[in-house]
Amino acid sequence: MRRLFIPLLFAACTAHADEVQVAVAANFTAPAKLLAAAFAKESGHKAQLSFGGTGKFYAQIRNGAPFDVLLAADDTTPARLEAEGAAVAGSRYTYAVGRLALWSAQPGYVDDRGAVLARGGFKHLAIANPKLAPYGAAAIEALTALKLLDAVQARFVRGENIAQAHQFVASGNAELGFVALSQVMQDGRLAAGSAWIVPARLHQAIRQDAVLLAKGRGKPAAEAWLNYLKGNAAQAIIKSFGYEI
Amino acid sequence: MPSLPNLTADLGAVWLTFRLATVTTVLLLLIGTPIAWWLARTRSWWKGPVGAVVALPIVLPPTVIGFYLLLLMGPDGAVGRFTAWAGIGLLPFTFWGLVVASVFYSMPFVVQPIQNAFEAIGERPLEAAATLRAAPLDAFFSVALPLAKPGFLTATILGFAHTVGEFGVVLMIGGNIPDKTRVVSVQIYDHVEALEYAQAHWLAGGMVVFSFLVLLALYTLTGRKAR
Repeated sequence: MRRLFIPLLFAACTAHADEVQVAVAANFTAPAKLLAAAFAKESGHKAQLSFGGTGKFYAQIRNGAPFDVLLAADDTTPARLEAEGAAVAGSRYTYAVGRLALWSAQPGYVDDRGAVLARGGFKHLAIANPKLAPYGAAAIEALTALKLLDAVQARFVRGENIAQAHQFVASGNAELGFVALSQVMQDGRLAAGSAWIVPARLHQAIRQDAVLLAKGRGKPAAEAWLNYLKGNAAQAIIKSFGYEI
Repeated sequence: MPSLPNLTADLGAVWLTFRLATVTTVLLLLIGTPIAWWLARTRSWWKGPVGAVVALPIVLPPTVIGFYLLLLMGPDGAVGRFTAWAGIGLLPFTFWGLVVASVFYSMPFVVQPIQNAFEAIGERPLEAAATLRAAPLDAFFSVALPLAKPGFLTATILGFAHTVGEFGVVLMIGGNIPDKTRVVSVQIYDHVEALEYAQAHWLAGGMVVFSFLVLLALYTLTGRKAR
């Protein structure tokens, strides 16, 4: 039994030996997991995913983190990495355009026009830290456009990234909050609670760029992963979470 | 020299951290002393379990503590239901929520030094006090407390410093609200994440100096006492 098992184990390891280390923006967590599974089936390569804030990834990449590809939450960080020589020139492209949603874990709490914002009656409004997270910055732009920023600002609770903003709302500690549509959408539908999809004209487009990092240069698995993301199958998955492409 | 455009925000965070650590330490000395006394003197079967609960924050990752406190103090949690019923409201995202979390989180750093000090006194001074007809409470205040002074000093310094150094728990239940829950460690994290390294250095370097001085004071003071 053991004699058979060990060579099999080796075979399994070598078949998956090509790995790509991917740093993934927190808002893209759910689709990235699905994409990695489908990618493994299609190519035999393995995508190792790390999730977090784009700012933290920037600092880690600049200090030698072993990532091959960055799927950022914005378009400025990949551009900056490219300008600083930490990313491969010409590899940047927009893999998703994010949509912002005002969401509550309670069904019926958020109406489909976001009138609840003006009506008030809530103690806490969760947002991602606008200084750090593009979705937080977009929320501020939308509130400014609606002329509601001054009215609700005192009730902000800030998550360090969009995942924590979502957690504050999901646990019921904040009645509602601005999250990424991808966090509350599954198979093209709202998974739970109630939401208002913030009209795209109220904030600058949240363009999320991918980039091949210097460590991933010439790695077949890294290039295969980026190519896979551009394909039809991958784009269908991305769209099912509410992103535009 | 790096510029300091955000000095008010930084000073606000420093002042908030100081208030949080002070309130937490005072509460911990009040709550922790009876617990330490009981732990030092009891022969009850409960000594083991109670001591283990007090020590839990030493081994638990702050994410575990923060996660469970967020759920417990939230609208569906036992503590949250109680505070809402009592008219206090919900504790996450408030200063007093951080105080409750810090009291739990820094508990072992206050209880254990005091407990050790009480244990070191032993039975004899208290028996002597009893033969002089001192009531138990009188013996506690005029014999046990003065003898345990070094333990209280260590407990105060460690409790305060450990609360200042808290990060993970605050991050998870604080909500990063200026002057309410944005403590120094969170402010540093924000600076680093926003690539404001110059501002991060001021605060982070300050923390290193502060922590070194606190520990230096602790070792100098207790070292002298021991000799």
